[in-house]
Amino acid sequence: MSLILSEEQQMLKDSAQKFFTDNSPIERMRTLRDEHDATGFSRDLWKEMSELGWLGIMLPEEHGGSEMGIRELSVVLVEGGRVLAPEPLLSTLLLGTNAVRLSTNDEVKLEVLPSVAAGELLVGLAFEETGRFNPYAAKTEAIRSGDGYAITGEKTYVLDGHVADQLVVLAHRSGKSGDREGLALFLVDANAGGIEIQRTTMMDGRNAAHVTFSNVNVGADRLLGDADLLERVLDQATIGLVAEIVGMVDEVFERTVAYLKEREQFGVKIGTFQALRHRAAEMFAELEFARTLLLDGLNAIDEDRDDATLSVSAAKAQANKAARLIGAEGVQMHGGMGITDELDIGLFLKRLKAAELTLGDETYHQRRFASLQGY
Amino acid sequence: MSDLETFKQDVKEFLAKNLPEHLRFGNKPGLPENDLKKWFDAMAGQGWVTPDWPEKYGGAGLDKKFTAALRKELRAVDAPSPSHPGISMLGPTLLELGTEEQRREHLPKIARNETYWCQGFSEPGAGSDLASLQTRAESDGDEYVINGSKIWTSGAHKADWMFCLTRTDPDAPKHQGISFILLNMDQPGIEVAPLKLIDGSSEFNQVFLEGARASASDVVGELNSGWSVAKRLLQHERSTDIHDVIIFEAKETINELLKREVGMKHGQLADPTLRERLAAHQIDARALGLTMRRAAEEAKAGQQGRDLTSFGKYRWGDMEKEMHDLAMVAAGTGSLGWEGPGFLPSQLQWTREWLFTRSHSIWGGTHEIQKNLIAKRALDIPE
Repeated sequence: MSLILSEEQQMLKDSAQKFFTDNSPIERMRTLRDEHDATGFSRDLWKEMSELGWLGIMLPEEHGGSEMGIRELSVVLVEGGRVLAPEPLLSTLLLGTNAVRLSTNDEVKLEVLPSVAAGELLVGLAFEETGRFNPYAAKTEAIRSGDGYAITGEKTYVLDGHVADQLVVLAHRSGKSGDREGLALFLVDANAGGIEIQRTTMMDGRNAAHVTFSNVNVGADRLLGDADLLERVLDQATIGLVAEIVGMVDEVFERTVAYLKEREQFGVKIGTFQALRHRAAEMFAELEFARTLLLDGLNAIDEDRDDATLSVSAAKAQANKAARLIGAEGVQMHGGMGITDELDIGLFLKRLKAAELTLGDETYHQRRFASLQGY
Repeated sequence: MSDLETFKQDVKEFLAKNLPEHLRFGNKPGLPENDLKKWFDAMAGQGWVTPDWPEKYGGAGLDKKFTAALRKELRAVDAPSPSHPGISMLGPTLLELGTEEQRREHLPKIARNETYWCQGFSEPGAGSDLASLQTRAESDGDEYVINGSKIWTSGAHKADWMFCLTRTDPDAPKHQGISFILLNMDQPGIEVAPLKLIDGSSEFNQVFLEGARASASDVVGELNSGWSVAKRLLQHERSTDIHDVIIFEAKETINELLKREVGMKHGQLADPTLRERLAAHQIDARALGLTMRRAAEEAKAGQQGRDLTSFGKYRWGDMEKEMHDLAMVAAGTGSLGWEGPGFLPSQLQWTREWLFTRSHSIWGGTHEIQKNLIAKRALDIPE
């Protein structure tokens, strides 16, 4: 597969760009944050995204989707990243729903996927229990109870968990924390008895929740899969997050280069200073490396390549590096204004840091890359 | 079978017949010279020294696709090939800007591997600020008399010709008084002295020009427009760099070296810091290789984005330097040997190459110059 967009993908990109420019100025995200909006995003826009077919891009045609690849979805995610759109694309589509889509549970698929495509159902993934990313460290247990299981445990950083209708939850049927063995993913109704959802206010203005499960009953027919399913879901969500990062770093880079050309100090444009010119060149290389590895990672997943996991880890490691560098330089090169809340650069810095620490930081993915390379 | 497939098959058969096993080591020094000459002659007979040049100048007249296929087949068997700036830089420049007389005089000899060329650009006083060069060429009848000195002339000790930049109008602004001249090295006014480098090698030279003579017809392009000829030529140099980026491959990989020097524990390199550093390096290498591929795809599709090849040279240089730093750290004092005995041949090789890779951020435009160019051209930030 190619490392450039096809004509169809380019058209999708253009329409996504137009959609976000028309409907989602960065001011929107700022208002939602400042007003402590109960939903934290726009349900109207979510409905419109559904009508545009975006929510069903990766879903089977029989379930109301258009059965395209993650490459197509990523085109939307990149553009959403540019404007910091807070809609639950990553959480519902690539974390929650993808666990259902990639499972072999046809009954649950039939129930969940058409509603997601229609924009009527939000699905979250409740898997993390630690601050530093460690997806297999779950302590939550699913204990055999009657025909099903009773789930008990505590989850943190459940993205968009405050509005999720359904939650995919990770729990041990057997084995212990740290083992992949015995891990299972279940789909539970977010309103089921024994579930307590506490919304958390995050630095980047995005939405997340702590979720506590106390003897939550779930039928055996809600089982979706094991740790291998989790890993596939996380790989795909990770490359989706890389797409969002690439959209953001591209935007920050463009804004910063524009500022270098316009801001005057000492009677000259600051872009004439070699110290800044060289750093702009370095940012450019890191940004384009991230974009390349994004495209390669997307291809690897769509083609089901043997090195898909390796490609994803390379992409996230590089995207994190670019996010750190360009987030920091964006602020630094804007000088004093860069650290005011008024300037959008700070919003990007926060979201970039959140994205960097979500689904594995640079070191995590370097280590994973090393293991996959046999060292 | 398509024409291309037939061609690849023909190449394979030709290689099987004409390239003996003991030469299949790329351009490794020390291969038997007579056998090497026989192989180069065979290549030249096919026009493969310069496959994309027109046949009337000794090339094979191949288009991009066939040239790429040929190079791939040659690389696949580690075929040595003649390599000097006459092939990679001067030839393409003459095809574009030379006179018909210059092309007929020089291109067939390059294509037949009969002449070896060196490049005379840098001077002791003109490095990054190349246009400040002082070597003078003064008109004398229908000849030029040249006085001055050139440095970093790789291969000058064995070169038949040098293409060089000389100042023909000392009163003009510095970029406008320069001419691009072809100079026969076999004459009394030229002396070549080797320049010994930190890695012990002396592939480079200083060339002293005292009353050297060139014919007026040896000026390429207009008189005093040598700077723009040189800029065109350097673009060929950069495209050569990018080519190298993709084909680079060490005989002992950095993975093998680290496993040997550091050891493995529970399936991982025993030193976790070096393990992460190696992964970071390899992710970088992967990103660079794929980005150059993306750049080629964009160019082919006619997409006009920011120039992705602009940072190829500097990132490649940094990557090579980092890889060799990693090798040195991994081997510890084992990497401090200068020559045997007492050290593995591969350790000695890594050490010499570590020293040599220090030059990657200097030759062909220092990395500081590279970043200036990126800011100016690719990012369009006015100076």
